[in-house]
Amino acid sequence: MADEVIFEFLHMEIVDHIHKESSNEEKEQGISKLEALGFRVGQSLIERLTKECSRFKDELDTMKFLCKDLWNLVYKKQIDNLRTNHQGVYVLQDNRFKFLVQMSTGKQYMESAPKYLAFPCGMIRGALSNLGINCIVTAEVSAMPACKFQIQIQRS
Amino acid sequence: MSRQANRAGDPRKVNGELFTLTYGALVAQLIKDYENDEQVNKQLDKMGYNMGVRLIEDFLARANMGRCNDFRETADVIAKVAFKMYLGLTPVVSNWSAAGDEFSLLLESNPLTEFVELPSGHNNLNYSNLMCGVLRGALEMVQMDVDVRFVQDTLKGDNITEIRLKFNKRLEDAVPVGED
Repeated sequence: MADEVIFEFLHMEIVDHIHKESSNEEKEQGISKLEALGFRVGQSLIERLTKECSRFKDELDTMKFLCKDLWNLVYKKQIDNLRTNHQGVYVLQDNRFKFLVQMSTGKQYMESAPKYLAFPCGMIRGALSNLGINCIVTAEVSAMPACKFQIQIQRS
Repeated sequence: MSRQANRAGDPRKVNGELFTLTYGALVAQLIKDYENDEQVNKQLDKMGYNMGVRLIEDFLARANMGRCNDFRETADVIAKVAFKMYLGLTPVVSNWSAAGDEFSLLLESNPLTEFVELPSGHNNLNYSNLMCGVLRGALEMVQMDVDVRFVQDTLKGDNITEIRLKFNKRLEDAVPVGED
């Protein structure tokens, strides 16, 4: 068991480091690096988390697991709202997203929100990827600290 | 089946594996970025320092500690309170120097290295170097200039992980107004 503060600080340092590294080149690259880091963490995390679970019934069941168990493990709460159009798009809404809560309650610092959301997006994608679902995950913030993650499932 | 297993517990605690895995991903990324162990060590130390500088605020607010009168007391607080609070373990304080300005923290298990195996060719890498930075940064904020380094590391085949702390000097000019 580790304290949540050190995880948060570590995440801040990771964002800061990668952001600084890529400041000369394109910012996009930094975001994708963070996303790749998150992907890797998500992959290993879900492996540990699901080792005693029974098989998921369907896609929706998997998503529910993500919203409840994974979210609980990482952010100590459940997703506040899960929506889907039943055609492979899921929207997960968290009204008090942990990485943003300390930052602002409104529109201030909006421009720095994306770099703090890349890692979580990657983590979702990594987790789903190890459960056999290929997808694209994007995050959207209209007012902090609420945040929406959109999962678009890629069918081949 | 046991889908409800991960509930309960202290609300301030996160799953240790999450921290371990995130840290591992970071180190892997740094190794990719730098291709030189010394530089990776330096970077980890720097990031740790930045964390330590912030962490001390959190620690002082939560632990409700006063000032330490000597380095021995500092050692006790680090081992018994700080490590316990943040990593859930208590290292042993030992190997005091005669002058009382140097000691070691002995860790039997290191949560950062839980799933780690060092690949060959990385003999100079101090995998957990972040910790040194954290300790250095945190102590600097309470006016102590301290050197922190790894002496032994279980990842490198030692029986125990040993962190050596050496007190250099008190940082006088940073004392806030109104305090001795």
